Amino acid sequence: MTNYERWHIDRPLFHALLALAATSLFVLYSAGGNNLLFALGDALRLAVGFVVMFAAAQVSPETYRKWSVPLFGGGVLALALVLAIGVVRFGARRWIAFGPLSIQPSEFMKLAVPMMLAWYFSRRSLPPRLTQVIIAALIMLIPVLLIAKEPDLGTAVIVLLSGVIVLFLAGMSWRTIAVVVLAAVAAAPVLWAHMHHYQRQRIYILFHPEADPLGAGYHAIQGMIAVGSGGIFGQGWLHSSQANLHFLPDSTTDFAFAVFCQEFGFFGDLALLALYLFIIYRGLRIAFAAQDSYSRLLAASLSVLFFFDVFINMGMVSGILPVVGVPLPILSYGGTSLLIIMADLGILMSIHGHRRLVN
Amino acid sequence: MSMWRRPGRDDARTSPGGGRRRFVQWSLLGVFALMIARAFYLQIIDAPFLSREAGRQAVQMIQEQGHRGMILDRYGRPLAISTPVDSLWGNPQLLLKEPAAWPALAHAIGWTLGQFRRALHAQRHEQFMYLRRDADPRFAKKVLDLRIRGVASQREYRRYYPTGSADATVIGFTNIDDQGQDGIELAYNSWLSPRPGHATVIRDGLGEPIAVHYGHTRPQRGKNLVLTLDQRIQYLAYHALKKAVRYHGARSGSVIVLNPYTGSILALANVPSFNPNTRADLDSVYYRDRAVTDVIEPGSSLKPLTVALDLQTGRVTPHTLVNTSPGYYWVGPDKISDVADFGLIDVNHVIAESSNVGASKIALTTLTRRAMYANFRRLGLGHSTHSGLPGESPGFLAPPGTWEPIQKATLSFGYGISVTPMQLARAYTALANGGILEPISIVHHEKPVKGRRVFSRRVVLEMRRMLEMAASPVGTGATADIVNYRVAGKTGTAHIADATGYHRHEYVASFAGFAPATDPRLVAVVVIRDPTRHGYYGAQCAAPVFREVMTGALRILNIPPDNPETLMAQTAGARGTGHG
Repeated sequence: MTNYERWHIDRPLFHALLALAATSLFVLYSAGGNNLLFALGDALRLAVGFVVMFAAAQVSPETYRKWSVPLFGGGVLALALVLAIGVVRFGARRWIAFGPLSIQPSEFMKLAVPMMLAWYFSRRSLPPRLTQVIIAALIMLIPVLLIAKEPDLGTAVIVLLSGVIVLFLAGMSWRTIAVVVLAAVAAAPVLWAHMHHYQRQRIYILFHPEADPLGAGYHAIQGMIAVGSGGIFGQGWLHSSQANLHFLPDSTTDFAFAVFCQEFGFFGDLALLALYLFIIYRGLRIAFAAQDSYSRLLAASLSVLFFFDVFINMGMVSGILPVVGVPLPILSYGGTSLLIIMADLGILMSIHGHRRLVN
Repeated sequence: MSMWRRPGRDDARTSPGGGRRRFVQWSLLGVFALMIARAFYLQIIDAPFLSREAGRQAVQMIQEQGHRGMILDRYGRPLAISTPVDSLWGNPQLLLKEPAAWPALAHAIGWTLGQFRRALHAQRHEQFMYLRRDADPRFAKKVLDLRIRGVASQREYRRYYPTGSADATVIGFTNIDDQGQDGIELAYNSWLSPRPGHATVIRDGLGEPIAVHYGHTRPQRGKNLVLTLDQRIQYLAYHALKKAVRYHGARSGSVIVLNPYTGSILALANVPSFNPNTRADLDSVYYRDRAVTDVIEPGSSLKPLTVALDLQTGRVTPHTLVNTSPGYYWVGPDKISDVADFGLIDVNHVIAESSNVGASKIALTTLTRRAMYANFRRLGLGHSTHSGLPGESPGFLAPPGTWEPIQKATLSFGYGISVTPMQLARAYTALANGGILEPISIVHHEKPVKGRRVFSRRVVLEMRRMLEMAASPVGTGATADIVNYRVAGKTGTAHIADATGYHRHEYVASFAGFAPATDPRLVAVVVIRDPTRHGYYGAQCAAPVFREVMTGALRILNIPPDNPETLMAQTAGARGTGHG
């Protein structure tokens, strides 16, 4: 029994994460204006992330299953609390302050919702009946609506997605899916009517970024310029003009991928995509190899959720999705999101490491 | 509900295997392929364009203003100078993010917070708004010292005119962008304008220049312009004119003082004028340089020129007698008349008494139409003097083929022709300097352009004597006489005409002349348009201005007196009172 096996660490996943963490250090050192202190902060953040991952890997899937409902309940309570006593920053009420620290419960729901739904379906025979699907949908809509109210549309959509993934993987019939999709298309105009002006503008800007290059289209345009001016081979590490000259907003967080693209070019891009693809595929393999339906559903949905994080961030930076504040997993500087993602990965490792192997 | 359940196919769907599993895997691969395609498009196909955009937004050409050249009078006294000012501007997009700084900033630039907020809101999509233009550099520094992000200043230069309204109609003015709008400032704009310095700089996303990229050239100040004006005479002329225009309730007036030997303009004053330093929403009537832009029918002040042309033919002498009785005569259906019946008078007295009958009779017998027209043109009438002042009118002299029979007669006493005061003054230089018509100049040149002869010396000497007589107590221009100097000059009083014909009670009073008569050094023309009070004759309105300006100018230029009679009388008087 190797050390990896003893501590329930999945070696391929762990190595891929180390590679991503190293990339993050390099990219954020450059994007942060060659600030060593900032890079040190990033290192610390990643270290804490790995500790969380390690800890999460030690807890057995059975324990997670038992704690699914209390965690979900606590999360919903925290969301309600945010709306009541939350701190307003940048025009949205998303945080609860604990002295100098502030936490964002909506991030946590990205983990709690899949757990809750996996728990719900694991107790029933699959595929779920329509009533079960509806009940599950109602369960997940509670946190989604609370988050949308903050407002934090980006996170709400991702939490919604995390629930839908579980529904889909649980075997919701294609017919139901078709009905839901049609209903969503029909509801789109209603949703549009209820969106904030800036939210509508972001979607409009996706199609016409040049309409307001200095205002609403600024992020999208600067992101595309950064990615495109990287060219085939990139401008080299520390040579992202878009970040160095402060044209790129949020260059260490949501737009860190743009800095990476400008510095390492198309080939760097391919390498990074391959790394993320590897992690997601590893996650899916763990899911397919899992031995009970709770673990299977949870592992698969966490992997797909990871994929959505990657896709939404990259799509936003390269101008194929609207600009929503979703960081790139691990690479972007951001505390809460990293901790949740590392916990996700720790849970994946736990599921894989706690298999009952027949020898 | 049974339709939703498909017993027997459970195995395929109870686990994320089978169909779902393959669906998820292929979807992931599809999306990754899409992202690679997007990266390929941006980084390979669209890369040249996006790289250019990256460079374009980071590289910026900035301009550095130099200051405009000075305008000086002939002795180097400043007439227009540029002083440094700082224009404060803000980037609304940055300012909107710093509401905490608004009260201090609004207070510093002298706005109320409400005004500031409204202005900011109105410009919220812009990256540039002026907060205050042309501020004192010390004021600007105080605002900049607040160190508010998004506030910057730009060095500019503001024009200042130390001589104020006295020269305003000649010098003109510049707009807030330091570009000449009228007068000399307009005509010589490119000469006076600085050449701005350029630098290509790397700027960051906040618009702050980081470093000079390449091609830094320093701004070059505009070149100075030295005018022929003598500020002392100019000042004198302006104030004498202003006083007279006010006294006579006139609509406007112009004074020109020329050096007859070079044609250079020593003074050019117009009333009304304006203060170019506090110019605000003034109507353009105040800006006009009427001495060159507005035409008049000169009336009798043109008579010396036509009589000189008559003398030039040799068919008349100053002593040729003309019968002007009974003070009028008929040319076809038109009547030409004098103010009185002067009887049988010689040419000298035609000028001195300003007889229209005499002048026209002589002209009719001595000059053909064609000769008269050609000679007027030679005197510079009917075409621009090319003084270089903007908006100069060429006047109007109809070609002889179109003249009515009466016109040849009326032209001899200054009706039926339009001239600018400048054209009249220029024509008089020929009488003053021995017969050479000098080109007019406002800009000082080291080597003046040579003029051309239009009168013989004999004619000029004869004419000078006549004009001296006209300006003496014998003639109509007695009010132009100057103590200790001999003056030559002629009054003029003409009805103002417009499209509807001549106005019975609107006149142009003028006086044209030079001094000292024996050795002319200065030519001056005074025009008062539409005097309404205290008389309207040239002798009443224009001649006193001529006297005042000429007296002062002769003294200022230290020109020796040439009237021995009054001089001796004065010296005797002075000795008697012990002031010798």
